[in-house]
Amino acid sequence: MIPELGTLALVIALLLASAQAFFGLVGAHRNKLSWMQAVTPAVAGVWVFVSFAFGILTYSFIVHDYSVGYVATNSNNELPLMYRVAAVWGAHEGSLLLWIEILATWALLVAAFSKSLPIAFRARVLGILGMVGVGFGSFTLLTSSPFTRLLPAAAEGADLNPILQDPALAIHPPMLYMGYVGTSVAFAFAVAAMLSGRIDPAWSRWTRPWTVAAWMCLTVGIALGSWWAYYELGWGGWWFWDPVENASFMPWLASTALIHSLAVTEKRGLFKNWTLLLAIFAFSLSLLGTFLVRSGVLVSVHAFASDPSRGMFILGLLLFFIVGSLTLYAIRAPSLKSDGGFELISRESFLLLNNALLVAAACLILVGTLWPLVMDAFNLGKISVGPPYFNMVFLVPTLPLLALVGIGMHAGWRRSALGGKRRTLALIAGGALLVSMVVTLVFYGGFGLPLTVVGFTGALFVMGSALIDPISRWRNKQGISRAALGMAVAHFGVGVFVIGISGVASYKIEKDVSMGPGDSAEIAGYRFNFIGTENVRGPNYDALEARVKITRAGTPVADLTTQKRKFKIQAMPMAHAGIAVAWNRDLFVALGDELGAGKWSMRLQYKPLVRYIWIGAVIVALGGLIATLDRRYRVPRTADALLPADAATDKVS
Amino acid sequence: MTPRRKRLFAIAGILAGVGLATAVALKAFDNNLQYFYDPSEVVAGKAPLDKSIRVGGMVTKGSVERKPGSLEVQFLITDFAQSVKISYTGVLPDLFREGQGIIAHGRLHDGVFVADEVLAKHDEKYMPPEVAKSLKKPVPPAPEGRT
Repeated sequence: MIPELGTLALVIALLLASAQAFFGLVGAHRNKLSWMQAVTPAVAGVWVFVSFAFGILTYSFIVHDYSVGYVATNSNNELPLMYRVAAVWGAHEGSLLLWIEILATWALLVAAFSKSLPIAFRARVLGILGMVGVGFGSFTLLTSSPFTRLLPAAAEGADLNPILQDPALAIHPPMLYMGYVGTSVAFAFAVAAMLSGRIDPAWSRWTRPWTVAAWMCLTVGIALGSWWAYYELGWGGWWFWDPVENASFMPWLASTALIHSLAVTEKRGLFKNWTLLLAIFAFSLSLLGTFLVRSGVLVSVHAFASDPSRGMFILGLLLFFIVGSLTLYAIRAPSLKSDGGFELISRESFLLLNNALLVAAACLILVGTLWPLVMDAFNLGKISVGPPYFNMVFLVPTLPLLALVGIGMHAGWRRSALGGKRRTLALIAGGALLVSMVVTLVFYGGFGLPLTVVGFTGALFVMGSALIDPISRWRNKQGISRAALGMAVAHFGVGVFVIGISGVASYKIEKDVSMGPGDSAEIAGYRFNFIGTENVRGPNYDALEARVKITRAGTPVADLTTQKRKFKIQAMPMAHAGIAVAWNRDLFVALGDELGAGKWSMRLQYKPLVRYIWIGAVIVALGGLIATLDRRYRVPRTADALLPADAATDKVS
Repeated sequence: MTPRRKRLFAIAGILAGVGLATAVALKAFDNNLQYFYDPSEVVAGKAPLDKSIRVGGMVTKGSVERKPGSLEVQFLITDFAQSVKISYTGVLPDLFREGQGIIAHGRLHDGVFVADEVLAKHDEKYMPPEVAKSLKKPVPPAPEGRT
């Protein structure tokens, strides 16, 4: 009975979402106040019923209701409570429910925090979000209901895939989806703007915090996924250019371009068309990502069992939203004129370059991701595009970007002589180069790869450059707006991130060895001593645990254990790596197979500076958070909201 | 600068950028496309020698051989019509075992496929799509009931 309540709640939510779309869009079109006022209760209703359905599925997992097919496939009596809850989004059906739950939450937030927007505009935004909700709600109900009964009920569940039984993975999907789905808000603002034919600084000011918030979640979500892959998959890599990783990274690149382009649209009223296109582009890439993951067309860690009808449905949704919004764009774009120009050296042109480079990177990654599908569709052979392609097409646009970020932050609007800052920047650049060369030579004994010093220099330059403004303002006892501080923090984070990549890419050491108890092996001056093995027991697995003591020049460094876990239900073996963390490196050991003659295969790794990759990503997200909290986004609850951005708050950022 | 000259600069810049990006992408693309071959194609000589490719199939039961204590392992993969011998040195993935569908990256050399990476995906129910498509016969049901 209870699972049926879940289905019923979803049906009601779907109807309410249709009402939200209809009253929002048609109400605004016909200018009927009462219709537009009906949108807010509809949004709240959608959220209540979707959350209810979500709660029911969670409940079914908690009480082990194996008469629900989805629960029977993805849970088990011995699965700890935390993972039973996380199992709700552990496979296809439930993760779609999470998708619409998060969409409903974004819509609710928009409804709650946009009371001061013009009512027709607000109704349109919520109406578009309603349409997205209808699309995904019907997709869930028609092709992938998580509440489908399994009769007779299973006596015991088939267990959650063991690689998903991990704390980071429990929060990775919700975070990532917050970002993914959050791009629909920027999209809704863009479509609403095109419908009303009005794009002005006020519009960008309303759109910016939502876009930044979604982008921030996406940043954290991607970083969590990367961190998880690093320690859980036991490979010690942090990014694999896996198609599904790319699927989340492309919207991130587009969103990053969008938040920068929105800045220009807000401050200078330029790039309007481009900003709209980027909003459409970012959302389309999110939908494309959903399609790639959900349709099973990809060879990937994330590919769930394939079902052509699901793929077709999402492809239909994708085409509907892309074609619809682009058609609208084609009709409206010619009437949107950007006012005013700018000089070749100005903040505008730096941001334009930033956009061009980010979009170029996104497009090249898109080509590499989709090419195998195209080749396969035309029977031209089964190919895969290797990581070196992605590294190349990513580095070529982003390395210049690093230099541009460092300089562009200090360029003024309209025209710029960098003025007094030119000297400071040159000093920082010189210092960064010197420090990079010394550090690589002294600590790592060589310049590493051709790009190593370039990477470190660029990273230090951006970090230094990001600190100029906060430090000088603090010295002069001037305040700094949260937007400006957020920008500085985010750019500083980019530098930290690049330090991590440069370090690990240039100086990592990986070695597979055959060792028995008592044997030892050395990498990067660290000696790994294999002490012995013993059997241990986890809640739902048995494991063989190997102890490894690491010493350096005779002094103990770390005492690690690595396990080969065998999960009872799925009978699936899985390595659990042992990692010793320090500020400047990770030491990583993963137990492989028994090789006979008392030996085991083991993978030993030395990963210098690897932590800074994720620390950097978190700092970037933190910058986003600070910027979202800027005072000027707290739109006053008066008609002032209709006026263009007021000049008073404009000076700082 | 006049608006016309400015526009000229912008267009030239964009064209140069697009051209450069295309050139880089094509070059990188060309060097990094890896083709997939199934064992029948390899045996028929359709796969290039000493070039980085991928092969895939089911690991033949009873074919895994290694000298005790050695990291080097050899095994056969099959599409149930032909088999290819694979040699690999290193830690095998967790889910590698006989009867499992795998994909190997590497080069064909003297009739043996020397793999530098072996992939078995993370779900025991999962079979790489290329492998599933290339099998010449359906997978025989596993004796223990779960496949």
